[in-house]
Amino acid sequence: MNVGIEEPRALYQKRIPIVTRSVKGRFRNFKWGVMVLAYAVFFGLPWLPWTRHGVVSQAVMFDLAERRFFIFDLVMYPQNIFWLALLLFIAAVLLFFATSLIGRAFCGYFCFQTLWTDIFIWIEKLVQGERPARIRLQRQPWNGEKILKLGVTHGLWLLISFWTGMTFVLYYGYAPDLLVRFFTGHAVYAAYVTVFSLTLTTYAAAGLMREQICAYICPYGRFQSVMYDPETLAVAYDAKRGDGSMGRAAPRAELKIHEIRQQKGYGDCIDCGFCVQVCPAGIDIRDGLQYRCISCGLCIDACNTIMDSVGYPRGLIRYDSEANLALPEPAKPHIHWKRIKVVGYFVALSVMTGALIYSIATRTNFEHDVQQIRQPLYVVLSNGDIRNRYQIHLTNKSGADMEYRISTQGLPPGALAMDESQTVKVRSGNSVLVQASIILTPQQVGKYPRFDFVITPISEPDGRVVEQVNFYSRTNEQ
Amino acid sequence: MSQEKLQSHTVQTTGHAWDGDLQEYNNPIPDWWLYAFYISVLAAVAYWFTYPAWPIGNGFTTGFDQITYVNDKGVTKTTHWNTRALLMHETNEAVAAQKPYFDKVAAMPFEQIAKNPELNSFVLSAGKQLFSDNCAACHQQGGGGKMDFAPNLTDDDWLYGGHYANIQQTITDGRHGYMPPFAEVLTDAQMTQLADYVLSLSHNAVNPESAKAGDVLFHSETAACYYCHGVDAKGRQAHGSANLTDSIWLWADVPDAKTIPLKEAAVKNVIRTGLNKGVMPSWKDRLSAEQIKLLTVYVHELGGGK
Repeated sequence: MNVGIEEPRALYQKRIPIVTRSVKGRFRNFKWGVMVLAYAVFFGLPWLPWTRHGVVSQAVMFDLAERRFFIFDLVMYPQNIFWLALLLFIAAVLLFFATSLIGRAFCGYFCFQTLWTDIFIWIEKLVQGERPARIRLQRQPWNGEKILKLGVTHGLWLLISFWTGMTFVLYYGYAPDLLVRFFTGHAVYAAYVTVFSLTLTTYAAAGLMREQICAYICPYGRFQSVMYDPETLAVAYDAKRGDGSMGRAAPRAELKIHEIRQQKGYGDCIDCGFCVQVCPAGIDIRDGLQYRCISCGLCIDACNTIMDSVGYPRGLIRYDSEANLALPEPAKPHIHWKRIKVVGYFVALSVMTGALIYSIATRTNFEHDVQQIRQPLYVVLSNGDIRNRYQIHLTNKSGADMEYRISTQGLPPGALAMDESQTVKVRSGNSVLVQASIILTPQQVGKYPRFDFVITPISEPDGRVVEQVNFYSRTNEQ
Repeated sequence: MSQEKLQSHTVQTTGHAWDGDLQEYNNPIPDWWLYAFYISVLAAVAYWFTYPAWPIGNGFTTGFDQITYVNDKGVTKTTHWNTRALLMHETNEAVAAQKPYFDKVAAMPFEQIAKNPELNSFVLSAGKQLFSDNCAACHQQGGGGKMDFAPNLTDDDWLYGGHYANIQQTITDGRHGYMPPFAEVLTDAQMTQLADYVLSLSHNAVNPESAKAGDVLFHSETAACYYCHGVDAKGRQAHGSANLTDSIWLWADVPDAKTIPLKEAAVKNVIRTGLNKGVMPSWKDRLSAEQIKLLTVYVHELGGGK
């Protein structure tokens, strides 16, 4: 019977809803702190005014139409794209560095998926009550109370999701103006599409999918796992202390007393299940390190609360390394940084951060480009002289209007015949194209195959740039 | 067959059995796929009502979506959605976006446009486009011209003058250069003498005797070259006769001819056959006055001023 037919297995496991209990403790407080800071920055930044010459008074604004980003006093142009590349490199190495030291710290405390899930769970608790009340509500049939409570919860979620999307869009325009235009129907199409899709994805990711994002979708969570070493600190359950030789046991009768418990061989874990109930990933940390653990530390808070209440020492669940836990007498957990990998990450991180800071600190106030006009390559004039033409592209990146002087060096006097005056005025944030002609006599041509253009900002003569170009003619073509 | 041989204990089947034990699995497509399919069906219906869709007889359903545009005759038209009207509509928008710049170009005197770096940057980029679309076919991309065909616009030799007003007039009304053929008037020897004279004006090492004879012939009533090219042989911009004293050649390829006899042959060929091919069309019907003005500034910056 059924020969050659595999036992059919469903590829999709239906999600078991996770209803978390709230907990108080050091890690919870830290998470609240991070959340307040992160939200204050994200939601507040578009509204921070900033005094800036001539353009918008918004501290951070990504002006796509004008192709420039304002970040406080720094103005970025498309030419600075490699700063972004460097920043992404730094972010990646910082993630590797932190992961090999203290595990998935990003996941547990800083990731926006964690932050938004956290606030959504907080709202859920605010409206529907603590874990038992929420489970009761889930199980009860649909009635007025259930509709009201779930409706309010989802409504608030959607509201936060909408404001999240809205805030994201506000970074791309002058916030007060854009907000008004958005609600009066005058914003650009892209703004509505972005707000709509971000509202939807935030609501879905933080409200409905939650830990499934981390387990099934997020690549970072999965590849951070391979960066763990035996020395890496991770949220761990001390199985030796918790289980003892006889296993876990509830603190009943004489087992309440720590000394008796230990004499009988029972572990310190009283099997209360609090660590499981608080876990937003829905795992049991006592099963050991697992891929779903985002290392948020809430089970540590939960276990410490219980240990305090029964009077046993804290730290049954704690940040510790696999190597230390395997020792017969585990030492006090500490960060193991003396590893070649960690030092390597640190060096890479320092070099790249230094390069980025150096590059930003020594940025010029203007961008220039000198191109020889190659159609035609050279022109013979009526008296036999040879003329080459050049196009000079100038972008004024400074906050003020600037004048630039264009001159040459390494050419006989009178060779530069500008189509316009030798000084060029460029308004702040604008670009201009300037043409320059160089005329040499047939006798001079061979002597000056190369020369320099010198572009000097008149108000900052130290910022001058020198660009070498070629001079073409029939003679040096051969 | 007994029920035991059937496989339906573990896998859901369609419930039919053929030949006793031949069954078919029931593996429906995933729900999300199915619903996405239904949604796309609904979207298709929405498309039928929005855009042209179904052929009916000689016509088709036009859909409710409409596009308004102004055609090249200035008439505002509203039609059902179609890509041609969409192109017209978007072209209108592009023209409207460029209008402030063109208005500025139209309002400013030539010299001031060139001195205004920002406006001049617009002239350089928009002018390049206009030049590529309309002028480059003959004058070549970049305005370098072509020997025996179209004048080089990047040098300082201008048949009809290189000032703004000259260039504007050339583009607006076009030009037609003409030189009569001399094959029936002059002998071959006379033409060689004339060619030597013309070549000597631009410092080519020709036979001085022959050039001297050519000089006489040039200013005589026999050949009467000076009528058009002037007594000094520098040409007359009023009717586009060439300056024969400089090193720039358009119809006789002197620069690329390596030896004196070849150079003589090139010049003699022009004298013998004359010219009736230097034709530039008029652009006033194809380009607007603002476009011509912008092109004038652009061409002037290629090498004008003389």
